[in-house]
This record gives sequence, structure tokens and C-alpha cells, in this order.
Amino acid sequence: MNRIDRMFAARRRESRAAMIFFLTAGCPDLESTEQAIDALAEAGVDLIELGIPFSDPIADGPTIQRASQVALERGTTVKAILDLVRRVRARHPDLALLLFTAYNPVFHYGEAAFVAAAAEAGADGLLIPDLPPEEAGELRRLASERELCVVFLVAPTSSSARARAICEASTGFVYYISLRGVTGARAELPADIEERLRELKTLTGKPVAVGFGISGPDQARALVPLCDGIIVGSALVRLIGEQPRPTLREDVRRFAGEMCAALAEAATAR
Amino acid sequence: MSSPSLPAPPALNDLPDKTGHFGEFGGRYVPETLMGALLDLEREYLAIREDAAFHAELNGLLADYVGRPTPLYEARRLAEELGGKARIFLKREDLAHTGAHKINNTLGQALLARRLGKRRIIAETGAGQHGVAAATACALLGLECAVYMGEEDMRRQELNVFRMRLLGAEVVPVLSGSRTLKDATNEAMRVWMQTVDDTHYIIGSCVGPHPFPMMVRDFQSVIGREVRAQCLEKTGRLPDAVLACVGGGSNSLGLFAPFYDDRDVRMFGVEAEGEGILTGRHACSITTRRIGVFHGSKSYVLQNEDGQITPAHSISAGLDYPGVGPEHSFYAASGRADYLSVKDDEALAATRQLCRLEGILPALESAHALAALPRVLAQLPAGSTIIVSLSGRGDKDVYTLRGVMQEGEG
Repeated sequence: MNRIDRMFAARRRESRAAMIFFLTAGCPDLESTEQAIDALAEAGVDLIELGIPFSDPIADGPTIQRASQVALERGTTVKAILDLVRRVRARHPDLALLLFTAYNPVFHYGEAAFVAAAAEAGADGLLIPDLPPEEAGELRRLASERELCVVFLVAPTSSSARARAICEASTGFVYYISLRGVTGARAELPADIEERLRELKTLTGKPVAVGFGISGPDQARALVPLCDGIIVGSALVRLIGEQPRPTLREDVRRFAGEMCAALAEAATAR
Repeated sequence: MSSPSLPAPPALNDLPDKTGHFGEFGGRYVPETLMGALLDLEREYLAIREDAAFHAELNGLLADYVGRPTPLYEARRLAEELGGKARIFLKREDLAHTGAHKINNTLGQALLARRLGKRRIIAETGAGQHGVAAATACALLGLECAVYMGEEDMRRQELNVFRMRLLGAEVVPVLSGSRTLKDATNEAMRVWMQTVDDTHYIIGSCVGPHPFPMMVRDFQSVIGREVRAQCLEKTGRLPDAVLACVGGGSNSLGLFAPFYDDRDVRMFGVEAEGEGILTGRHACSITTRRIGVFHGSKSYVLQNEDGQITPAHSISAGLDYPGVGPEHSFYAASGRADYLSVKDDEALAATRQLCRLEGILPALESAHALAALPRVLAQLPAGSTIIVSLSGRGDKDVYTLRGVMQEGEG
């Protein structure tokens, strides 16, 4: 069984939501990324989305755009990120980890070669926001052969019929995009989120995790009754910052620890 | 309403397929947030494509507002200079309202936006020609307009920034990446994700996710449909070849697509080679033949070994783009069209040549097509007729021209 499936099954038995973090690989450098992942694992985070930086990130707000730019300026490559995954996997055999990337780096690498390399490095899944299920037939087949999850996203603008099809295609979990717009921490989440999550829950029995715009424990607590996982990205990327620093590991552990504690207090829908 | 001199619409090739693919190219690679809007747009567009009332309104505007049909002018002095063995006709899109072909598309899409109930338009622009055309269509139809433009391009094209503001559009500087057209396109897509409920995004070229490449081509194909009729009238037969510059592909596909099924009509697209392929400073995505997924579709793209998009370079801001429309990639891969490339200095020489021989100042973009003429003519039998798309006028480029031409101009 894939680590992502195993993790969500365990959280569900405990009636707890999963705490998921996104970070951009290579910002400020790959050593810092590795330290941050260690800190996240130590804080008890359930799943890590490791972002492969892309030159033209159209779904990202300023924080992650900037992080991608920094990572690329410092020479971060797909191969170096896969090497990092291999090292992380050796130290954290149970940590669920997926690769989050624009489609072009995967396409350019070759879908079959990329899936094989990701699986061999120890990744558990792929999340490619600009690859809708309609264009993902071959990738889904290749990934299922290697027991990698392919996570698809539902947006507030998805029709019910599309949402249903996306839920069917998605493996591991379904990513619900909380808002209309790009990634980035927001003070308030949209008003329709509760209704949309309830509707989504009637369409699928798969775990549903919510991301985009979530910046702190209070927002996370409010969402927990409605979903199976909370995803925080930009807020962590901002905390990690653009320069390596000796306190990084401690800073990340504290922030992730607070978020995990907030989820532990709150019960999920099921 | 509809002008009788305008040929009736469509009867193009049957590309793309129902899923928006041109062979292996095209498609719809966007974040899920935009999929709903693209599916709505496709449905509405396919409906208006068959709607006589929509075409009557658009054709009326094209005739009375844009000044169509634009002339097909025989450039005899230029033909003489180039050996006198071929007849060369210029399709004068430079004489269309706003000075370039871009208006054909923005009017069509703005009418469509109004039908979709969207009151606000966003657009990206590089040189500012598409931005001016979008601002113009919005002024005419009473729509709000915001144009995203790289800060670097705003500096280079100050005059067009002023024109857009004069027309009532908001010009928003884009500070990310290389601060040029590709970054302006990224930003427009991001803004569209946030405002998709009440905003339509008018892409300026045959690029982006389906249905944009098809829709922009269809609106621009008025160019080729007119050429067909005009060429028959002037020469009694179809041309032997059509020639146009290729950035994203809007003027070129507008000219080429109506000839797709005429297998005897050869097609030549010209990419901007900047300072030369070997210098790495160019915009030759077709010539370098690396397939990628960029700005929502699969096509040839300038990229590095890791699939990161690399910046383009051209003296012409309108060709300074690292991608190309998927339909062009399909024409290239299938051999339907041939592609050449022209360097900055060759385009400058062609600009000067047309000014002095014909009294026409072409846009630097269009000058790339003119510069390829000797090489294209060498591939055609004597007595051939060739059509060159003069996609825009060069007034916008006079500062650039003055900067590089001052020396040696007695």
C-alpha cells in the first residue's frame, strides 16, 4: 500500500485531519530544503509536497514565484531534487512525500523516465496542477504501474460533473483549491468553502485535503471538520526565506509543531 | 450590415480535433480553476461560429470600423529589385485601424465577451499592438480593459503605453521574470484565475490553451480569405506561395489557414533569429524543435535541459516570445509549411528597403517576412506569385530604428 493511502487511513481511524506542507526545493538552497524536511518530519507532519521550481509558474502567487526564481538562480535541477528525495527517504522511511511540479519539467524529462525516477527515489506521488485528467491518461497508467499516486485538483469553479470525474481520477487524495486565484497566504478564506467541501464529500469517499490561502492554526482549525487534510504552502515558504540560516530547522519545527497541534485538537468530519 | 465585399466565414481546415489538439500539439494544460471558463468559452464560441447575426455584426465592424478588406498591393519595384521573376503582393494589414492585424481578433473576442456577459477584459501585450487593439475594441464596446505589460516592454514602447491609456485602458506593469511578453502572459493568466467569473481574457496570438489557438486563428483568417478572393481577381488564380512572420502565429495563421487544403500553395513562416541561433539570443522555437508545454498548450518551446523555459530575443518585441502556436508546430512537423529564420540586422535592412522602394514603413515584425523573400523566391519557379503579409506599420518602431540606423545614413 502506498504511504499516502496508509497515512490517510491511519488519520481517518484516529478521526484526525492530516497536516500537509508544501515547500519549494532549492530555496534558499537544497541543504536548507533538506533541513526543513527533517524538521517537518520531526514535528509530526503527515505529508510533504516537495515543489520542483519552474521558470513560469502561472498558478503561484508572489511568495512561491519568488522561491522558484531563487531556486533556479541557484542552479536547482530535477536530478538534484530526486537525489535529495533519495536521501530523505533513507532517513525517514515512513514519511509520505509527493513531488509537486509544473508539467513541462516532467514532459521534458519523459513521462515514463520521470515516473520511474520518482518511484526509485522514494516519492509516493505526483501532483501536477497544470495537467488536467484529460491530458494525463498515459501518466496515470505509468504511475499506477509504479504504485505512485497522481493527485488531481478540484477548484471552486469546477462543475459538479467535472468535480466527480476529477475525484474518480485522483489517487491518494483529492486536492480542493479553496479560492479563485493563485497560491499565497490570505487573511480570510472564501465564504463558499464550507458548502463546496460538503458537496465534494457527497461526490467521493476519497480523502479531501484543502489548500491555497491557509496561513495559520485558526484557519486550519476552522476547516478541520470539513475535510481530511490541511495544506500550507506559502506561509512555510515565506518562513524558510531566501537566505540559509542556522535557526531554520528550529523555526520550521516550531511552526509545523503549532499547526500539527492545532489539528490534533480538532476532530474531523468522520 | 454585412459588407458584400467580404467573403463568407469559415471553411477552414478541420483542425484542431474536438479536444483541441493539432496532431500531437495543442491541448489544454491549465490549472483546474480555469478549466470551467475555457469549457464555457469553447461552447459559446462554437455556437457563435455558426451564428449569422454574430458574423453580420463582426463583418459590419470589420468593414466600416477597421476598413476591411485591406488592399492587396502589388509591389512592382520591390519585385524588380529582387530579380523581376516573380509577382510580389503585399497584404496591407498595416492599413487596418490601429495599424496592425491585431484588431481583427480583439473585436471578435470583445463581441464574444459581451455575449458571455463579461464586462471586463484583460489582455497581455509585448510591443503594445495587441494592447492597443484590445483597448480600442473595449472603448468601442464599452468594456473595462486592463492590459498587462512587462516593465521592460513598457519602457521600450512608451508611445503605445500612452495610446492605451488614452483609450481608457489601465496598463499594469509586470515586474516578474524577464519583464517581457512571456511574463505579462503569466500575470494575465494569474489575474484571470482570480477574476474568471466576470472577466474575459483576450489572448493576442494563436497560443494558449484550447480554444484560444483555434479562435484567434478563425478571427484572423479574414486575412487569408480576402487574399484568396483578391488574388483570384487580380491574377486569375491562387498564389504559388504565402509568406508571413511567426511570433505566436496570429497574422501568419490568419493568412495560411484558408489555404491549408490548397496543396499547391506553399507556405513559408519566418521566425526571428535575433542575433543568430548560435548565440542563443533568438526566438526560433520551431527551428530548434524542442516540444514542451507552455502557456497552456503543447508546442515547440525554447527551453533548457531541465524543461525550464528560456528567454527569447528579437529586436522586434512582437516576435520576442519563447513559444509558438500549436498549429504552426503541427504545420512544421507535418511538412505543410516551411520555416526560415531572419536575424535582427536582416530585418532592419528589409525595413529600409521597403521604405525606399515602395514608400511603406513596415513593422519590424513584418520586415522579417520581407527579409526572407530572396530565399523564398529561390525556391519558387520563375513567374510565381507570392503573397507577403505586411502585418503592421512601423511607426511604433521609429525610435528603435533611429537608434540602430543613425550611423551610415548620410
